[in-house]
Order: sequence, then C-alpha cells, then structure tokens
Amino acid sequence: MKRKTRRILDRSFSGLGFFSIFLLSASLFVVLGPIFYRGIGAFIFKGTIEFRRLNYEAFNRGNKENLQKEKQISQQYRSQIYKMLEEFQHQLDNGEVPDSGKFSSDFRELKKQVRALLGPEPGDEEPVLMRDRFGETRWDKAKEALYRILFMETWDYSDPDSMGRKIFIPRAKEYKGASLEKLFPYIEKNFEKIMRPRLVFYWQFIADNSYDSHIFGGIFAEVLGTFYLVLGTMLFAIPMGVIAAIYLAEFSKDNSKLVSLLRVFISTLAGVPSIVFGLFGLAFFINTVKVSNSKSVLAGSMTLALLVLPTIIRAAEEALKAVPKTYKEAALSLGASKIRAVLTVILPAALPGILTGIVISMGRAAGETAPIIFTAAVSVGKPLSLFESLNQPTPALSWNIYNLVTEHESVEKIRHVQFGMVFTLVLLVLLLNLAAIIIRARVSKKLRG
Amino acid sequence: MNPSISINPNVMSYIDTKSLEKEDIHVFSEGFSIFYNDTEAIREVNLSIPAHKVTAIIGPSGCGKSTFLRALNRMNDLIPGCYSKGKLVFDGEDVYGENVDPVLLRRRVGMVFQKPNPFPKSIFDNIAFGPRVNTHIKNKSELCGIVEKSLKDAALWDEIKDRLNENALSLSGGQQQRLCIARALAVDPEILLMDEPTSALDPRATSRIEELIGVLRGKYTIIIVTHNMQQAARVSDYTAFFYEGDLIEFAHTAQLFTKPYVKKTEEYITGRFG
Repeated sequence: MKRKTRRILDRSFSGLGFFSIFLLSASLFVVLGPIFYRGIGAFIFKGTIEFRRLNYEAFNRGNKENLQKEKQISQQYRSQIYKMLEEFQHQLDNGEVPDSGKFSSDFRELKKQVRALLGPEPGDEEPVLMRDRFGETRWDKAKEALYRILFMETWDYSDPDSMGRKIFIPRAKEYKGASLEKLFPYIEKNFEKIMRPRLVFYWQFIADNSYDSHIFGGIFAEVLGTFYLVLGTMLFAIPMGVIAAIYLAEFSKDNSKLVSLLRVFISTLAGVPSIVFGLFGLAFFINTVKVSNSKSVLAGSMTLALLVLPTIIRAAEEALKAVPKTYKEAALSLGASKIRAVLTVILPAALPGILTGIVISMGRAAGETAPIIFTAAVSVGKPLSLFESLNQPTPALSWNIYNLVTEHESVEKIRHVQFGMVFTLVLLVLLLNLAAIIIRARVSKKLRG
Repeated sequence: MNPSISINPNVMSYIDTKSLEKEDIHVFSEGFSIFYNDTEAIREVNLSIPAHKVTAIIGPSGCGKSTFLRALNRMNDLIPGCYSKGKLVFDGEDVYGENVDPVLLRRRVGMVFQKPNPFPKSIFDNIAFGPRVNTHIKNKSELCGIVEKSLKDAALWDEIKDRLNENALSLSGGQQQRLCIARALAVDPEILLMDEPTSALDPRATSRIEELIGVLRGKYTIIIVTHNMQQAARVSDYTAFFYEGDLIEFAHTAQLFTKPYVKKTEEYITGRFG
C-alpha cells in the first residue's frame, strides 16, 4: 500500500511537470504563432504591378521590358476606367446628369479612391509625396481599396435613439441610371488584369530603406540601428561586466562591508525600471557628460549597457564561481600569479556561462524600448554609417514597433510593416539565442574533451 | 637516555634525530603552528625533511597532515582566516617570511593534488602551462622538448605521444594523475608535494603512481601525504606520524612500521584507531 502511494505520488508529480512544460510551450506557440504568421506577410505576399513599378523606380530592380509590357496590358483596362470617369465628369460639368448635386461630392471621393488604387493618371503632374506616386502595391491592400471604390461609406441616422451608424452602400446602386453605373462591374470583373497580382518573396524587406514613413520599402534603417545599439551596448557592457565579475568572484573579500554594499548596488541596478535608465541616460550622458549633442547611438548604447550590466555581472560571477577550485589550485601551484590563473584557466572554463549571460543581455538590449526613447531613437531616419552613429540618432526596431502603432498617420496602411518588424525582432532574438546555444555547446565540448 | 630520542615536553613524541644527522636537510620547521581562525590545526611541529628522499606523512583524518603539506608551498594562503606561527625554513629562508613571493616559491615547490585536476585544455597545453607561466619560453620547439621530457619522466610519453592535442580530460583517471605529475615536473621544482595522490585511483593506477614515485626519488625531494599505511611503507624512506595536530613520531620508514617508539604510533599502525 505504502509503495503504491509512493508510486502514484511520483507519477502525478512527473505528470504535473510534463503538463506545465507543455503549457509553457503551448503558450509560446500561441504567442509566436500569430507573430510569425502575420510577420511573414511582410516578406511573402502577392505584389501588384504597382509593387513592381515601385521596385523599378525606387530601387532600380526588375526587368524594364517585362514591366513595360505589363504596364501596357494593365493600361488597356485602366484607360477604359479613366474614359468612363472622364465621360461622367464631362456630363456633370455640362449638367447632363439629373440630380448632379447628389453625385458631385461622392464623385470626387470616388476619383480619390481610384487614384489610391491605381496611382496617378497618366499625364498628371508628378506628385510630391511618394504615397501619391504609386497605387496599392500589395494585393490584400488593393482588395481593400477595391472595396472602397465599390462601396460608398455613409452614415445611417434612421434610428433616432442612437447615434449615427456607419454603413456601406454599393456605388453601383447609387449610380444606377447614370453613365458611370457600368464602371463598377467593369473594375470588379477585370480587377486581376488591372492589378496583376503575383506572389513575391520580398526578402529585401530587411535590406531596403523605407520611403514615405514606411508606406513603401523595408526596414533596413531599423535593423541596422538595432544592430548598432546591441553592438555598442556589448562593447561597453562585456568588458565592464566581466571585469567586475572577476573582481567579485576572485579578488574581493567575501565578508567585507564594501563588497556587500556593491552587491546591493548591483541588485538594485537590476531592479530599476527601464524608463528610469532612459531618463538617466538623457540627463547624464547627453546633458551632463555631453557624449553627443543630442540623442545618439553612442548615448543609447551606454544607457543600455548600464541596463544589462547587472545581468552580465551576475551570470559571469556565477559562472566563475562554478569553476572547480582545483583548477585554480593547480594553476597557482605551478607558479602562476592570481591574475594569470584567472585569465588562462578560470575565465576560459567559465566561458559557456558567461556567454549565456551575454546573449541574454543581447536579446534584452535589442528589445528594450524605454531606455532609447530619450537617448537614441527617432521614428524616421536613414541608415547610419558606423561613424555617424557616434553622434546621430537612429530608428530602431523596438522603438519603431511602438511608434508605428501609436504615432503613424495612417496606421492601417502599414500593418504589414509593423508585423514584419515584430517578426524580425523576434527572429533576431531567437537567432541570437540559437547562436548562444551552439557556441556554448561547442565551448563546453572543447572543455569536456 | 637514548641520544636519538627527543622528547617534546607537552606531547609524548619521538624524533629520530640520529639518522637525520646523516641526511642533507632540505626543509625544516621549528615550533611551527597553523591556525584556522582560532582553531590550532598544527601545534609546534619540529620536522626536518631530508633532501632527495621520499618522506611520507601519515595519520588519521583531520590530524593536520594535509595542512602541513600545503604550508610548504603556501597553498594555505588561499584559505581565509588561515595563519601560522613559528619557523618553516626552505633553502635557508623562512617560507612565511616577509620577502618571500609565494608565486616564486611555488615554482620551486610543485604539488600534486588528491583528485587529478588537469586543466580543460589539450595535453600539450597542460604540460606547457608551467613553463609558459614561469619562463618566457615562447619557442614551440623548446616547449615541445620540455613537454616530451616531463611526460617521459612521468612515464606517460609512450601512452599518449600521439594524442598531445586531445583534451586532457579524455584521459583515464590514472593517466590524468600522471599528467598532473608531469605538469608539476615541467616547472622543474626542487620539492614535489603529493597530497594523497592515489586516493581517487584504482589499485592498478595506484601501483603505477607508486612505481613512478620510486623512479623520481633521488631527483626530487618528495613529500607524500597518504591514508594508506601500506603505501607509505612501500614508497617512503622516512615516515612522519601526525595525530591531532601534533607530530608524534618521525623515523626511518622501516623502523617506524616495525619498532615504533611511541605507543600512539603503534596503536595507529596496527589499526587500533584511525
């Protein structure tokens, strides 16, 4: 009986453990799944003819002759549309349309929507903003634009008890009897021939500059900015952190008051909210020390370095302390000085653990937003050179994920960019972790022999 | 009274000073005590170690034999709260004197530990560690010479000469311990301290280490701490028996194991306690 109870207890405990791990993986899947699914949409999607036109005109990419041919085919249908619009405009101007007042304002709206879908009419003046120069580049967005052409947005006030309700009325019904009536079935029927969707793998999303605040193009400036910030952070944090850890683990006297105080400081530093680091970075590095005139990658890196320092110190200290004492004894007994023993024997043996700490903090530095708001990040900017990063701010993935959602003028238009950024950041951090696992495995294998 | 008997007034002890007179003394201690914080681990030990001989230190656990051994190359410095009193003289100089640099001392007094502790590096780098640290030998061929000589001295060369670039931890326990001996020899020390070098090894590996000690005798002054009395009887020329921090008896190995003067020694070697 007793043995049976013990077995049941053992089983239920391992079952519980398995269940919790399962739950954890499932929740990870639930979180990452949509990010991956929607993020991939920034890379793999159906691009319209406008996408290829953009690629050719902005990035000089693609085959000119093919594009020319495509344009011609699309133009056949487009010219029909323009003809119909022109005809109706003419009729409106000449007062040939009954109820012209009913149409005049909506017709302007309709023309705007057509322009949004197809880009400027041939013969128009070159628009100033990039967003007016091209139609919808993505098939999913083009379909939304089609919907806005086919349906009229209006407000329904029929229910006196509630406020107005937004409703959509088919324009075909609205324009019944007018010459424009045939336009809507025509566009709907020939939509694919007009926009010519084709599946593309737009890997350049991470290598292209963005145009017109992310409405076109990629996120290269953000990726590069994040890369610089992580690099700079590690440049400051690794030497400081590892040296501090060596001091704490090997040279400090454990029972001294100063050292316990230092440990308290380090723990406190780890608990400080990240926005406070941001403010500190602004107040100290930029306003007091003046490492740069205003926000810069340099100042941001220093701030982030402070943020990740406790993580690195702790991981490195634990790793150093976990190295068998016998290594140190052996090194000292062979006539090595203490620092020599640390550098040649203990530090290499602790490397796997130190690397883990470093990579965790790299992921943290890549993802932190608050510390760089005041010290390094801008919403729109060009990719910096290494030298420029000393005194210029940069866009960065973490900050722009937030910024594009909250501050962008037309959020709906750039959803795919937001998801693409999140996806890239998550992928970046996952890749960093993977690299750490591989390096760790290699180093420990070398150590174990 | 027998002139070769010296009696410590506080403890019943016997030191065979007569046979020591014939020997060249390499290290000696006078009233040497070691404290861990307030506990006295070694009490006023007077011990002379003859040069180029094997001296075994035996005694029950916690008698201070390892502590005494580790004082000889000042490894006790690593233990916080550990300090010493009295004299411990090596080559005419007090080991704990103010002018002594423990780093330089350890180059002359090598040590082999209880558990084989090769570095997680290649076999070559393990042996070359000492020469690299101590001398400014950067020349690869010169280092190779030292590595080969040390491994030959430790009777390991034939077994592993083709595997010098493999990780030292891939060797067997006995090979690892001989590697540690070779590593200590590579620094060319005068004294070799061995702190229970075979306690973690199987009997076959143990006998190989004992053979090796037999080969190294005469070239180095060897001090070996051991739990194993048969081992002490087999490998050593002189034996010191420690009990609860006191040196009880020091004599020729043959004499100590056959005709011990002090009753405590007899009780210990006959297995009545310990």
